[in-house]
Amino acid sequence: MAEIKCVELCKNYQQGDAVIKALDHVTLEIRQGSFMCLSGPSGSGKTTLLNMIGGLDELDSGAISIDGERVDQLGKSALADLRLHHIGFVFQAYNLIPVLTARENVEFVMQVQGVPPGERKRKAMDILREVGLEGMEHRRPAELSGGQQQRVAVARAIVSQPKLVLADEPTANLDSHSAAHLMQLFCELNQAHGVTFLISTHDERVMRYAKRLIRMQDGKVIDDREQVPS
Amino acid sequence: MAGPSHLPLGAMSVLAWRNLWRNHRRTVIMLLAIAIGVWAMIFMTALMRGMVDQMIKDGIDALPGLVQVHHPDFRDDPSIDHRIPEPGPQLRKDLEASGVTGWTARVRVPAMISSERNSRGVTLLGVDPRGEIALGFDPESIVEGRFLESRDDNGLVVGRKLLERLETRLGKRVVVMSQDPENNIADRGFRVVGVYRAKLSGLEESFVYGGLETVQALLGVPGEVSEIAITGEDYRQVDPLYRQVSGVFGTDPEILQWTELDTYLGMMLKMMDGFVLVWLVVIFLALSFGLVNTLMMAVFERVREIGLMQALGMKPSTILYQILLESLMLLALGLLIGNILAIATILPVRDGIDISSVAEGMEMMGVSSVLYPALKLKDLLMANAVVIVLGILTSLMPAWRASQYRPVEAIAKT
Repeated sequence: MAEIKCVELCKNYQQGDAVIKALDHVTLEIRQGSFMCLSGPSGSGKTTLLNMIGGLDELDSGAISIDGERVDQLGKSALADLRLHHIGFVFQAYNLIPVLTARENVEFVMQVQGVPPGERKRKAMDILREVGLEGMEHRRPAELSGGQQQRVAVARAIVSQPKLVLADEPTANLDSHSAAHLMQLFCELNQAHGVTFLISTHDERVMRYAKRLIRMQDGKVIDDREQVPS
Repeated sequence: MAGPSHLPLGAMSVLAWRNLWRNHRRTVIMLLAIAIGVWAMIFMTALMRGMVDQMIKDGIDALPGLVQVHHPDFRDDPSIDHRIPEPGPQLRKDLEASGVTGWTARVRVPAMISSERNSRGVTLLGVDPRGEIALGFDPESIVEGRFLESRDDNGLVVGRKLLERLETRLGKRVVVMSQDPENNIADRGFRVVGVYRAKLSGLEESFVYGGLETVQALLGVPGEVSEIAITGEDYRQVDPLYRQVSGVFGTDPEILQWTELDTYLGMMLKMMDGFVLVWLVVIFLALSFGLVNTLMMAVFERVREIGLMQALGMKPSTILYQILLESLMLLALGLLIGNILAIATILPVRDGIDISSVAEGMEMMGVSSVLYPALKLKDLLMANAVVIVLGILTSLMPAWRASQYRPVEAIAKT
């Protein structure tokens, strides 16, 4: 379902005269239903790796495949299709569409997927209730707190039950209570529906939920181990 | 991994509409610019069209007729030598059956008119008063006296300006002198029975009207005329009339449309459509800078959002359509306001705008002192089409740029 293989991923960025190695021969395999965290200091390559897997950025070299399909060889439209139907994104900053209400933001992906309006509305209301935003469905992002916005973004990412959720520092702007609630939601989805989670984080509390923890530094994987979530 | 992967039009429209009003001030300013531009396009086109229509109609009235039948040499030498027989009963029947709305036969010769004080060169017209009125002579244009009453009326109707030049007045006698077919002087005295006013003062000095049979008798050409003028419903639709008239008269006489009789007028009609299009495009070009700027700003402000939409699975083509839809909405709204504004300003002045204070100069160009704005559906549609088509083309650049952002870079924008 969401078997991800990354082979010898390399990505360099030019910064002035200097070349920054964002990914330096990264190889890893992510099994279906994994719940894993990427950790490491800023600039270690966590976000770049997530972007590569999600098809948001282009590799310099290497290969990424999801369920055997080479993501790095897909065109823009095919990548858009892949993201639409199989990948949910949660970004560090809330990244909601400001002119849409909370419910419309959650419905957005389903609209693009062509889900019928009735079903769309029901699913959106259910997921908003699940993330604790019942009664706030008509509010626009500007009328929601940071935590509430992030929960809308999470609801949008998981509402159509993608195979894979890529979350970049999802708790960075949340208080500890909201962060714990969000992680519990991720765990439930992972356990109940087998959704694969790949979460980049600095937060030790988030890492404790992971079944697999990968540490990165200077674009390289320096540690990759299974763990028992606590 | 397939699926619809495009935003339904309804959802795109909602998004486009709300995006449009994110910056109220900018949108309102742009709407005003489009509306005023569209108003200017339609209003000025209506004025120009009205002016040219009037010039052409006045010109056709002066010719007169949409189609004229002459002796083949008459146009080169418009003397009494080049005459044709007056239509007989069968030809009259055929003419009336052919769907023409009016026709008349006239004698038209160069002549000299003399009063007791002055002489002027004029064109003497021998006319059938009923036919002349059917072809556009307005009896209301008689400012003193009367128009001719019959084909054998012995009176003469002259223009107001000519009367001034001759330093004579209504009721006085004048002498008209021309040449008969044998090149002998043919002259006789006429009493001035009527004075007419023309929309173009030049015409008042040029034409004098006498009864057809009286003039035929003067020139010794009974039953013969210089021209047969025929009119129809619409000066723009002259080809069918021309074909009908050609069918009636055959190939012997020369049959010409008004566009050939007065090439200046014909050229003006041809040029007008092109001129209107150029005018519309010029106005739009001025508008397009504002439109591009507005859309560029709207796109730059939302780079991150556009990146997000791409990350969520919106295809580049959908992003392109989304921006184009916003542009289309802006244009459509501007067009709606502009059209209403234009119609609202044209309707109250459709009975004419008096420009007599500047008309003297305009008359030199053949423009009468009252302008009748002519709002034509064709012009309205052309103005709207120009704005929509060029507007969308202009919007392609910002829309294309938006669709080509790399998601990872767009999302990282602050």
